[in-house]
Amino acid sequence: MKFINEYRDAHLVLAVMDEIARIISQPWVVMEICGGQTHSIMKYGLDQLLPKGLELVHGPGCPVCVTSLEMIDKALAIAAQPGIIFTSYGDMLRVPGSDGDLFSVRASGADIRVVYSSLDAVKIAQENPDKQVVFFAIGFETTAPANAMSVIHAQKLGLNNFSQLISQVRVPPAIHAILGSPNNRVQGFMAAGHVCTVMGYWEYGPIAQKYKVPIVVTGFEPLDITQGILYVVRQLEKGTYEAENAYARVVSYEGNQAAQRIINQIFEDCDQKWRGIGNIPLSGWKLKHEFRDFDAAERFQVQMIKPSESPLCIAGQILQGLNKPFECPAFANQCTPEHPLGATMVSSEGACAAYYRYGRSQ
Amino acid sequence: MCLAVPGKILDIYETNGLLMGKIDFGGVTCEACLTFVPEAKVGDYTIIHVGFALNLIDEKEALETLALLDEISKQDTE
Repeated sequence: MKFINEYRDAHLVLAVMDEIARIISQPWVVMEICGGQTHSIMKYGLDQLLPKGLELVHGPGCPVCVTSLEMIDKALAIAAQPGIIFTSYGDMLRVPGSDGDLFSVRASGADIRVVYSSLDAVKIAQENPDKQVVFFAIGFETTAPANAMSVIHAQKLGLNNFSQLISQVRVPPAIHAILGSPNNRVQGFMAAGHVCTVMGYWEYGPIAQKYKVPIVVTGFEPLDITQGILYVVRQLEKGTYEAENAYARVVSYEGNQAAQRIINQIFEDCDQKWRGIGNIPLSGWKLKHEFRDFDAAERFQVQMIKPSESPLCIAGQILQGLNKPFECPAFANQCTPEHPLGATMVSSEGACAAYYRYGRSQ
Repeated sequence: MCLAVPGKILDIYETNGLLMGKIDFGGVTCEACLTFVPEAKVGDYTIIHVGFALNLIDEKEALETLALLDEISKQDTE
């Protein structure tokens, strides 16, 4: 397939790795923001090709992992109510809440359906006028335009039985939080290519300047990631700290204006709680006041239980690049993809799931 | 979650007031919403995420990047 095969060329990947090894003169710690990149790195064994001293740490760019426990509990409580069809991207169904997951609620008789797109949820609402259809609208900036568009579309269709339980998160405030932490080890970033496809990378220049760290927009194929690493290391060695683009076939500086317009039309900034990390100021989006009729959290008042996280799980440390999955005592024994203690072991983008699946036990 | 896959636009049409397209992913086809790429033409390559085209793929940029990396690989073997 065009635009895939060229970027899986082992010869080129190895040559670019050689170039990285040639220019590196000291140890560096580089974070890839996106969990999709973490999985590519493990899947293609890129971590095992890195020159000595270059360490990759894995960032919080996994929306399934960072959706707050309270939000998962709210989803479980809404989904369990009669007369509701609860729709969600598939990854969310096995994410542990305080007491069970969406799968266990479904097993108890709730109507919970996996959808590929938010528009599928709107269609279900059209086809089931006697039911309330709730869509679990999670995601980073990549997914926000799709989630937003389904609200616009439902409004246009005059649907009053469609709403969204929203947990939208944004990358730049998370980078601020990581770099501003006294425990920070990260010296350079690979920014998430598809977040930047939507948003562009104009937001990253000021962050790079403020903290003096290079930030390189990076794609997802093995050659894309190797190129991203090369550009970060090149800047680190030169002592520069720019926002740079290593995914130019898809990402422009301004991003997708049409998508940003839709986001700005229906969302506004809000503080957001990240699972395992805590509150990050202005790191989320919520529906603007005029769209509040579509907010499932307002439409359905639910009795909340006190959130309780597994005492063993160190997902928060892992999402900030402070620990590796194998450093968790529960990794691959009490905690596996079949019986996850934390969301990072569930998601196809979670760092723990990647380490488990591709056998990185040390 | 942020997985997005390149595909080729085979057809463009409107459904329920939304700009939609038929997308070919190397033999498998599926429908996607093209509302964020109103400039799309049949034959363009696009990148699809949860049923929406996020952008068109810029072939010129793609070729330039590959040429650049190829250059690095040649330097390396010299």
